[in-house]
Amino acid sequence: MNEINGHAVLFLFFGLLTCLFSLAVVFSANIVRMAFYLILALAATAGLHFLAGADFVGAMQLVLYVGGTLVLLVFGVMLTAQNPFISLRTAAGDWVVAALVGGILLVILIPVAFQVGLPPTEDSLLDGRADREAIASTEPVSVPTATRIGLGLLGVPGDDVSGYLLPFEIISIHLLVVLVGAAYLARAKRRVATSAPRGEVGGAES
Amino acid sequence: MSQYLINHWGLYPPLVQTLMAMLAASLVLSVIAGGSVVFIWMERKIAGRIQDRLGPTRVGGKFGWLQTLADGIKLLAKEDLSPGGADAFLFKIAPYVAFCASYGSFIALPFATGWVGLDINVAVFFVVAVLGLEVFGVILAGYASASKWSLFGAMREAAQVISYEVPLGLCVVIPVMISGTMDLTKIGNLQAGWFTNWYLFHDPFTFIAFFVFYTCSLASVNRAPFDLAEAESELVAGFHTEYSGLRWSFFFMAEYGSMFLVSALGSILFLGGWNGPFPLAQWIFGQHASELTGFSFVIANLLGLIVFMSKAVGGVTVMIWIRWTFPRLRIDQVITTCWKYCTPIAAVMFLGVMSWQLFGLPSGGDLVPYHHQGIRRLPSAVREGAFGRVDVLPAQKNLTVHSQQRLSTAADVATGSPLETPVRVVRDRKED
Repeated sequence: MNEINGHAVLFLFFGLLTCLFSLAVVFSANIVRMAFYLILALAATAGLHFLAGADFVGAMQLVLYVGGTLVLLVFGVMLTAQNPFISLRTAAGDWVVAALVGGILLVILIPVAFQVGLPPTEDSLLDGRADREAIASTEPVSVPTATRIGLGLLGVPGDDVSGYLLPFEIISIHLLVVLVGAAYLARAKRRVATSAPRGEVGGAES
Repeated sequence: MSQYLINHWGLYPPLVQTLMAMLAASLVLSVIAGGSVVFIWMERKIAGRIQDRLGPTRVGGKFGWLQTLADGIKLLAKEDLSPGGADAFLFKIAPYVAFCASYGSFIALPFATGWVGLDINVAVFFVVAVLGLEVFGVILAGYASASKWSLFGAMREAAQVISYEVPLGLCVVIPVMISGTMDLTKIGNLQAGWFTNWYLFHDPFTFIAFFVFYTCSLASVNRAPFDLAEAESELVAGFHTEYSGLRWSFFFMAEYGSMFLVSALGSILFLGGWNGPFPLAQWIFGQHASELTGFSFVIANLLGLIVFMSKAVGGVTVMIWIRWTFPRLRIDQVITTCWKYCTPIAAVMFLGVMSWQLFGLPSGGDLVPYHHQGIRRLPSAVREGAFGRVDVLPAQKNLTVHSQQRLSTAADVATGSPLETPVRVVRDRKED
């Protein structure tokens, strides 16, 4: 398929969107708008994942970064939105540091990007399929990834595949401890402040 | 159909691809737009009846069924206002964010076997993920309006949605664990047959889990008694206080679209989706819709579509019913309901279903034997074809192979304890 490929066009489109919104994050001064552009940039990245056939990673991107991290970020911004913080002006020194860090990252990423080589085309994915003619050029090829990711992560008992079950469990326990600690800290503070905590709304009504 | 266009009309393949995508997109859009017109009318009629009134009666003849359309025209004609102190750009774009999130999750929602905008392998996950993005529309609207009411509404919404994603996710995982796939089409088809095959009746834990799911989905789509973001008796109209006209109606289309979506999701996950209470299509055609082709497939799927739509609309009707009969919760009660009740119950149900699967206790589907391809009992890894072993098995159709093959069930993988499980293996129908 050397003609115009709808898939490639969409991939380029989403790539451009990601770049545009990322630039918008950098160049806008209002912190809430920055967060908004960051949402769009990350969502466009999720679109890139979907187009690359990594649907699980794409959905994960949406849940973790867009749905989780950024909701918290915007929530935090709304709670602390005071005048000195709402509008961010970048100092000249910060520009230099940022350009340096970004430049180093770019220098690392560009050779890696060229080492990977071309992604598998639809033609190569369709090889050996009986219904090749029927699905070629009309439907994107969907390769189930979630099962493989899950089995690769946890390992398959009996097989030689060694998983990451132990690190996974350790991280889970660690996160649980962190959550309990956070809840304990938040709770202790409130107990000192008010003797009988009641809902803010209920208090306003009565 | 697309192949037909390419072969017989000689159309350029990418053009056909684009056309098909546009067709699917407009079909989904018409579900949301048409659905919200019907649901708003339903809401008014039901609210009227519950409050001992008639609701709309005049526009469009007998039942006032054109009332929503008349209101839509009125909304179109309204001036597009933006408050003086508002962040105009974010204020204008917020309704579209909310609407796009609701619309985006419809892409992966199957309406019957194979009738889905985009058949992705992790559809459950995708739908829940994209639906969670609707909160951004609300938060941005609340922030950008430069109004105290709006900001309060948005902050409540943020706290509520973040909290309720946890029990909602736990409840969604339960059918995924039983069926062993995140593909909504497969989850629906695995519940084919009598209503005892629905995951609602799989075991007592799933029965309770469904109601927890429904409660959490009410909260996640911001409906009463969890509609604190709007709270018209305290916050004027909450996050959309400053909105009017078309932008306001976008928020409402998003809300009714999401209501339909979570009801549809619940019906696929727990209520058998497009499979009726009894296997009607199988009686007529001898096979389930997923094995039929051609005309009979379309008829069987249409039957399934009717069943599916009635379940989803039924779910929306119950939401409306709840809205007009329950008082609104306070924010602390909302958070308490989530963290002290819904989350622990969902977690216990999750553990319960997991042990039910692990010990191989009889499910509701065993009450009425129904031999649809036998894939119901297969562990996930086998069904998804992660092991090559399935292909080695005899491939005769509809032949039940009592195999003592050592297979890893989903529970095995989760607990890390290998278990010798006798599994009834039937050759899966050709998929993927």
